[in-house]
Formats: sequence, C-alpha cells, structure tokens
Amino acid sequence: MQEAIELDHVVLARGGRTVLSDLSATIHPGEFIGIFGPNGAGKSTLLHGLLGLLPPAAGSISVFGAAPARVNRSVGYLPQKRGPVADLHVRGRDFVACALHGERWGVPRLGKAGRMEVDRAIDLVEATPLAGRALSSLSGGELQRLLLAQALLGRPRLLLLDEPLISLDPRHVRSVVALVKRLQKEMALTVLFTAHELNPLLEAMDRVLYLGRGQGALGTVDEVMTSAVLSRLYGTSIDVLRVDGRVVVLSGQGVVDADAHSHDA
Amino acid sequence: MPIPTMLDYEFMRTAFAAGAIVALVAAAVGYFLVLRQLVFAGHALSHVGFAGATGAALIGVAPLWGLLAFTLAAAMAMGLLGERLNGRDVAVGIVLALALGLGVLFLSLTKRHATQATILLFGNVFAVDVHTVWVLLGLGGIGLGALAVVSRPLLFATLAPELAQAKGVSLRGVSVAFLAIVAVAVALTAQVVGVLLVFALMVAPAAAALKLTTRIGAGVALAAGLAVCETWAGIALAYATDWPATVWIVLLSTAFYLLSANVQGAVARRRAHRT
Repeated sequence: MQEAIELDHVVLARGGRTVLSDLSATIHPGEFIGIFGPNGAGKSTLLHGLLGLLPPAAGSISVFGAAPARVNRSVGYLPQKRGPVADLHVRGRDFVACALHGERWGVPRLGKAGRMEVDRAIDLVEATPLAGRALSSLSGGELQRLLLAQALLGRPRLLLLDEPLISLDPRHVRSVVALVKRLQKEMALTVLFTAHELNPLLEAMDRVLYLGRGQGALGTVDEVMTSAVLSRLYGTSIDVLRVDGRVVVLSGQGVVDADAHSHDA
Repeated sequence: MPIPTMLDYEFMRTAFAAGAIVALVAAAVGYFLVLRQLVFAGHALSHVGFAGATGAALIGVAPLWGLLAFTLAAAMAMGLLGERLNGRDVAVGIVLALALGLGVLFLSLTKRHATQATILLFGNVFAVDVHTVWVLLGLGGIGLGALAVVSRPLLFATLAPELAQAKGVSLRGVSVAFLAIVAVAVALTAQVVGVLLVFALMVAPAAAALKLTTRIGAGVALAAGLAVCETWAGIALAYATDWPATVWIVLLSTAFYLLSANVQGAVARRRAHRT
C-alpha cells in the first residue's frame, strides 16, 4: 500500500536557520495526526515542506509517492494566517468560491460544475446557513468552517490544517475537532492538524507528531507523551502528568503547552 | 426653431462619453482597490501623477501621457516594494509631498500655469475633445481587459493570500499587475475629476457597493452603475447650474456613500433586533 507521507532524513531551513534538522516519519493513508511542539519547533514549516513551498535542504519528502508540488489537487490546506477577511462585507459563498481554481487567469466565473463543487464543500462543513452572510458578521469558529470548506475544494485526500483552533473559544474548539474527525472518517482523509494544546485532539487523533529542537517523535499518545521523549525534544527536564484522562506537560517553570495564542514560525 | 437640448452640443456629447468611460474603469478598478485596502496607494499614485502631468505640459506633450508614465512608474515601484511599504506612511507621505512640489515647479516653468493647474488638480470634463475620448476609450479598454485577465488570481490573492500562495499564485506579481491597472485608472479618472478628486469616482461608488451587497459580481456591477449615474448626473447638473461638473460628481458620490452606509446600518440593526 502506498503511504500518504514519507519523510526521509528531512532538513528544512528558513531564512538561513535550520528549523528541522533530521526528521524521518511515515504517515499512513487515513491517519489523523496531531502535530505539536513549542513555538518555532517547525510545525508550520513542516506543512510548507509538504505543500512544496519550501524544498528540503537535504533528505526527501514524498506525498502519495510523489515529490510535493504546488498545484496538487490531492492536498487541501488551511493556512494559519487568515488575511484580512474577518472585516470584509463579502458573503461566505464568494469567499469559498474564490479558492476554486483561483490560480487560473481570467474572470472568476465558476460554471455549473464549479458551483456544485463549492456547494458540496460548504455543505460538507455544515456551513450552508453561513454562505449568504457577510464575513464581517461571522464568529471565529464560523470563519474556520469556511476556511475548511476552501481546503476541501477539489476533493483532496490529504488535509494540512495549520492551527485551526487558534483563538477559538472551547465550544468552537470541540465543534471544529468533531467536524474534522467526521470528514476524515467519511472521506477516508489523511489529516495533519497542528495545535498548541494536545487535549482537545486526544480523542480524535490516531497518532502524535511532537517536534522540538529540530527533531521529531511520531507515535501513539502513550509512546510520545512521556517524560523521556519530551525531555529529549525540549532539551530540558519535562514531566508528563495524567489528570482525569487529560495530559499535562510540566517543565521546571510550569505548564508548557497552554499558550494557545502564540504564533509559530 | 426648436430649443436646443444639451445633447445638441458636441462638448456635452463628448463630456457624457468621456465621463461614462472613465466612471466604468474607475469604479471596477476601485472595487478591488477598496477590497484590498489599498485606498491610500491610489491616493499616492494620483499625487505622483500630478508631477508627471505638469512635466509633460512643460515639454509640450499632452498631460495625460505624463500622468500615465509617472503613475505607472510609481505603481511598479510600490508593487515591487510590496510588504516593505507597510507602516511606511512617513516615507510615502514625503514622496507624495516631493511629487506635488515637483509638479508646482514644472507648472511655474510653463507660461499658462493657472488654468493648467486648475484643470489638472480638479478636472474639467467639458475640456475633453473628441480625440481624447478615443484615447480614453483605448486606455480604458486596455485597463478593463487587463483587470478581467487578472481578476481571478487577484480575488484569490486578496481574500485568501496564504492559500493563493500555496496554490502557486505569485502575490507580488498580482500586486504589481493590479497597481499598474490602478495607475491607468487614476490617469483616466484625473481627466474628469482631476488628480485631487480621483477618489470621488474610484473609491466612493465602490465603497457604497461594498456596503449594499455582499456578492462580488453584483458589487462590481453596482459600483460601475453608480459611478456612471453620478458622473452623468453631475455633468447634467453642471450644465444646468454653471457649477463645475467635478463639484456635482463629488457631492453626489459623497451623498450616495453616506446613504448606503446608513442603509447598511439600518439593515444590520433590524437583523440584530430580529434574532
């Protein structure tokens, strides 16, 4: 069986700084992978590598058996930075539609097949009631659904979601995670989901990819979220506690993975 | 003998034709200018254009070509500098002042500078001759044609820049191409309302349309329709009152923008009340 993603001794550098120094991992089709790590550990950088935006300085990246390419129909992407959309008096449907073949020249007319594809993506994320409303009237969670609809255009097999939970309140965090989990199961998608906090994804994800100090550890929650593995990735002594089924990561200074509002490189 | 109507005069017919061409191009380009939050850039281009127009007059070339050359050059520079211009209001402001100062210098070196300056700064649609109408039609066609060609990636890059970049859209390429189109639109618009008031046709109708509809296609069409109506009404009112057409166009576009802002506010309040 062809693997979804194969990383072989990958080195990714950005702006002269080596962000990932030696990462090897294999992700199977249909897996839901949560990606975590401290700020600057390379979560977004890894996704950029998988999108073909950042070629590896060494090693090889393979997505469904091929080198990453920019125009790749099998990959859907939800970027961390959202642009200026939250202030715009433009309806949700036109926002989703702008991403359908938006890289082509000409007037953005969709045609019948295009309109059906946009409707399908909006329906998948249960955003039909939002499609007629202005972006400026939507909450962060509602906007996140439309961004997810954009990522689903063109029926991708792999979803790369960069911090979709950032600045969402707990209720919306649960609904976005549940939505992505449902889509992953129904459409047999492979999902890579970066986040600052592990606990909202505990039930949804199959395995964890934890990044730190240019390294990475891929495995089940029980394999990765241990004092030994995280101490190696952080380069300092880390304790991992289990409280009511939740995982709490503690360094000498205090709780480590609770800063859901910081931004990553 | 029948009483002559305003359309019996050739200067009125050319004014209506020139006004319609310019209004269409200004509003369509202006919609994307407002959407991209580049209104200040449009303002900057028109000021730089003033120096070009007076410089051209000094060397005996039609001001339109000098205007176009300077706005295009400035648009290229702005597009290439791109992100680095963000937060550089001081630098942009100083360049603006320098451009206007150069414009004043060029003006003072020409003989007939008082009328020339008034026309460049505030426009005079009745001074447009038939030959210029054809030039405007050609340039307007080029501007709208170029906008149509880039509109799809332009919209993608405007609404979802990170995703567009990931899908292979060159954000800088789109930005330079769009600013070049804005430069053409500014040069055309200045022929009707002057460099100081290009906003009346480029920004006000587009901003009103963005308030009145959330549909992008309908918004562009509405902005264009509004701009043409405001321009024609302004020209007709100027004929009737002897006030400059520019004054009427600015008054109408401002009034309509305020009206549309209030309509949107009222609709939003009613929706909020219902839920």
